[in-house]
Amino acid sequence: MAFDGALFEARAINAWRGDRHILRDVSFTVRSGEFLKITGPNGVGKTTLLRVICGLLPAETGAMQWRGQPIRGAVDEFHTDLAYLGHLNSLKSDLTARENLKFLSGLRQSLTTEDIDSALDRVGILSRGDLPARSLSAGQKRRLALARLVLADAALWILDEPVTNLDTAGIALVEELIHEHVSGGGLAIAAAHQRLLDDAAILRRLELEP
Amino acid sequence: MKRTPIFEAARLVFQRDLTLAWRRWDEVTQPLIFYVVVTTMFPLATTPDLAQLRVISGGVVWVAALLSSLLALEALFRSDVEDGTTEQWVLSGQPLGWLLLSKVAAHWMLTGLPLVVMSPIVGTALGLPFNAWGTLVISLLLGTGTLSILGGIGAALTVGVRRGSVLLSLLVLPLAMPLLIFGARSVGMVMDGESPAGPLQLLAAIFFMALSLGPLAMSAAIRISVEN
Repeated sequence: MAFDGALFEARAINAWRGDRHILRDVSFTVRSGEFLKITGPNGVGKTTLLRVICGLLPAETGAMQWRGQPIRGAVDEFHTDLAYLGHLNSLKSDLTARENLKFLSGLRQSLTTEDIDSALDRVGILSRGDLPARSLSAGQKRRLALARLVLADAALWILDEPVTNLDTAGIALVEELIHEHVSGGGLAIAAAHQRLLDDAAILRRLELEP
Repeated sequence: MKRTPIFEAARLVFQRDLTLAWRRWDEVTQPLIFYVVVTTMFPLATTPDLAQLRVISGGVVWVAALLSSLLALEALFRSDVEDGTTEQWVLSGQPLGWLLLSKVAAHWMLTGLPLVVMSPIVGTALGLPFNAWGTLVISLLLGTGTLSILGGIGAALTVGVRRGSVLLSLLVLPLAMPLLIFGARSVGMVMDGESPAGPLQLLAAIFFMALSLGPLAMSAAIRISVEN
């Protein structure tokens, strides 16, 4: 597989938000074929950690490596390998579901109509493809955001509460997507409160403590 | 699947903003309406005598264009930052400044270009002579282009600030003063029978400086706003 041998390594990450010291010496590694689930109470810094990994937030100290190379200095290469699903769905409510994927996922990969249709089909909202995003339900919007992961062709998935607003079938879909991605040699890191692949062999946990 | 080339990425951002504007056309036409209304107010408030209006026509058109362009700027990046689109842009692997410049270009085409196209008509209503049309249009093309980039920097800096519109005007208006001075002067010089080349060249110089440095400033400012 294309993602084989990929390795993400974080060492002694420290981050402050304002004058609060949120991440204290967080270290972990994730290998190809592993799913790291980050748990911990609200406000403990799960989102902060994920944003630090992506490079959306600076870490005051600490080092991160991707495929054995320091990320600092090769940020664009790292970003092409990375797909991030944040709290926000990053959707434009005036654009249709198809247009949302075309204009955002299209920045990463050249997409054909078939690519977009198959991604919409994969997350179960193909029949809503031509509706403006504002008329989708909260769960359908989340599914549309998940479709970006399917299209991203990225080795490392960073997911912030991926199952927010999803029904039972939606949660099963997220578990299936992660499982498929990780079994294919990908890596996934997710912050989640709910059960998410809790019994799967690919799961590793990182508990953040206040 | 293959990586999107950067020109294709810019085209997608451009096309996206045109599509969005088409669905929200009322927001886009607001600056143009303001521009036409403000300039038609001058003859009513001062004098309908064209000989007297002609003296101030270049300046009036320029001031009105400047203020109208500012109107639409505040919201430039707001919705993209609030809904998380810019986050994804930062992580897209494409140069962020390039994507933002493309967004500003779409914004200029929707708000700046209509002002430029309307300006000869608006100017004529104020007694602007026919021989000054060309200079007015060229100076406004350069001026509104520069202003869109300067405003883009301001909008990127103030996007995280609540009620940032006052701050935006305070930031951008002083920087726009050279544009106003050289732009209005170039029109004045043509009407006095002189060559407007000097002020126009200065406007062009400012435009290209903004074009080359603006994307760097915008992407740095957006990165800061994404941190919050």
